[in-house]
Amino acid sequence: MENDASSLSRVERPLSERVIEALLRLAAMVSVATTAAIVLTLGLESAAFFSEVSPGAFLLDTEWTPLFAQQHFGIWPLVCGTVLTSFIAMTVAVPFGLLAAIQMSEFSSPRVRFWLKPSVEVLAGVPTVVYGYVALIFVTPVLQKMMPSIGAFNALAPGLVMGLMIMPTIASLSEDAIRAVPVSLREASLGLGVGRVSTIVRVVLPSAFSGIAASVILGVSRAVGETMIVAIAAGQQPRLTLDPTVPIATMTAFIVQVSMGDTPHGTLEYKSIYVVGAALFLITFGMNWVSYRLSRRYRRLA
Amino acid sequence: MGEIVFRGLCLAAVVLPVVSLLALLAAVAAEGIGRLDADFVMRFPSRIASAAGILPALVGSVVLVLLTMLIAVPVSVGSALYLEEYGKRGRFAGVIEVNITNLAGVPSVIYGLLGLEIFVRFLSLRQSLIAGALTLSLLVMPVIITASRESIRMVPQALREAALGMGATRWSMVRSVVLPMAAPGMITGSILALSRAFGESAPLIIVGAATFITFLPDGVMSSYSTLPIQIFNWVSRPQEAFQANAAAGIVVLLAAVLCLNAVAVLVRHRLQRPRI
Repeated sequence: MENDASSLSRVERPLSERVIEALLRLAAMVSVATTAAIVLTLGLESAAFFSEVSPGAFLLDTEWTPLFAQQHFGIWPLVCGTVLTSFIAMTVAVPFGLLAAIQMSEFSSPRVRFWLKPSVEVLAGVPTVVYGYVALIFVTPVLQKMMPSIGAFNALAPGLVMGLMIMPTIASLSEDAIRAVPVSLREASLGLGVGRVSTIVRVVLPSAFSGIAASVILGVSRAVGETMIVAIAAGQQPRLTLDPTVPIATMTAFIVQVSMGDTPHGTLEYKSIYVVGAALFLITFGMNWVSYRLSRRYRRLA
Repeated sequence: MGEIVFRGLCLAAVVLPVVSLLALLAAVAAEGIGRLDADFVMRFPSRIASAAGILPALVGSVVLVLLTMLIAVPVSVGSALYLEEYGKRGRFAGVIEVNITNLAGVPSVIYGLLGLEIFVRFLSLRQSLIAGALTLSLLVMPVIITASRESIRMVPQALREAALGMGATRWSMVRSVVLPMAAPGMITGSILALSRAFGESAPLIIVGAATFITFLPDGVMSSYSTLPIQIFNWVSRPQEAFQANAAAGIVVLLAAVLCLNAVAVLVRHRLQRPRI
C-alpha cells in the first residue's frame, strides 16, 4: 500500500521538480569529480615519470637535481626538508595550541572566550605570502643575531613562523575535544580532592586524547602541505640534512620553483612536479584520514 | 602556586602568539607605509622599484575572486542543498560527504597541479583568468559547502513539515523556507572563502598567474597577476627597495582580507539573530 503511494507520487512529480533535483545532484557530483581528477592527474603523470625514472632511483638516490644537467631523482632530500620544517613548526604549534585550548575551555568565561577565539583564529587567516615575508625579512635577521652561522635562507625561520600559523588549528580542534569531556569526570576528580591542574593533566587531557591527537595530526598535515612560507624563506636547495640553519627545499617549494620557470609539458621536469605532488597527496591524505577517524572516535564517546 | 604558574602559561599561550602577530604586522606596516600612496595603487609594475605600482595585480585579484565566487557559490550551495534536503539518507550522499572531508584537507599546491593539467592544458584555457578562477573554485568549494550545510541543518524541521503539509513541492519548500533562513550562514561561508581566495598564491603560480603584467584584464581569457603573486615577486628580489614595495603591498592585502573577515563575522551576528 505504502509502496503504491510512493510510486504514485513519483509519477505525479512535475518535470521542473525533477530537473531541479537533477541539477542539485550534478552540483554535488563536482566534489567526487574533483577527487577523481586529482587521483587521475597525479597517477597518470607519475606513471609517465616512472616510465623514465626507475622507482628504485626515486626511493634510493640521495640527490634531487631535476633542473641540473646531471639529473638525479631521489625524493629523500625533499622529504627531509618537509619533515624538518614541519617538525620545527610543530614544536611551536603543539605546546602553544594545546595550552591555548586549555585556556579557552577551562579558564575562560564565555565572554572572554568570545573575544579570545576569533583573535587566535586571525592567525590562521593571514595570507601565507605575508608569513613568508615575515620569516625572511624579520625572523631570519633576528636569528642571525643569536646564531651568526645561520644562512640567509634556512629551515628554522619559516618553520617557526609556520608554527604560528598552524597553532590556531590545534587550539580550536583540541578545545572542541576538551569541551566534549563530560563535566561529571571533572567533578568526580575535584570531589576527591584532586587539584585543578592535576585534574586537567590527569583526567581531562587523557579523556580528550583522541581528539587532541586528531588536531595534532591535522596540524602536521597542514605543515607538510604549506607552500609559500618555505618557498620564500627556506631557499631552493634540496639537500639531505636535518640541520635547520642551512638552505633546504621542501616538496611544495620544489613544485613552486619549477612552476615559476617555463617548463613545457611532456618534459621530465614537468612530470617530476606531479610525482612530488603524488607523494605529497598520499602523505597528507593518510594523515587526514587518521585524524578523521580519531576525531570521530571522540565524538562518538562524547 | 603550581596552579598559578599553569594558568599563567595557558594565558601566555593565547596572548603571546596574538601579540607577536600584531607586532610583526606593525613592523611590516612601518616598512611599507612610506611607499603606500595613491601612485602606488594606481601604477603599473616597473623595473624601477620606486616607480612600480600594484594596479594590474589589484584589479586582477578582484576580478579573479569575483569570477571564482560566481562559479563556486552556486555549485557549493546546490551541493549542500542536495546533501541536506534531497539525498540525505542515500549511499551517494555518504560518498560525497567523505569526499568533501577529504578535499578540505588537500594541500593547495595539489589543486594547482590539477588546474594545470585539466584547465590550462586539457581544456586549453592557457594561463587565463578563467583557468585561475576554476582552480580556486575547486579549492574553496569545501569551505562554502560545509558552512552552507551547517546553516541548512539549523533550519527547524517543523517549518519544513509545515510547508510540505500545506502542499508545497520540495523545491518550493526549499526555496521559500530553507534558503532564506540558511542564507546568513551561506553568505558568511562565502565571504570567508572569498577572503581565502584573495590571499591564495601557490596554486596560482602553478596555473600561470604572471608577475609582470602591464595591462588590465580585458576578458576571462586575459592573462593576469594578483596581489599575493606581485608581493611574492617583490619579496624574491634581493634589492631592498623592492622589499619596501612588498611591505606596502602586504598592507593593502591584509586590509582587504581582514575587512572581508570582519564583514563575515558581522553578517553572522546581524542576520542570524531574528530567528522565529
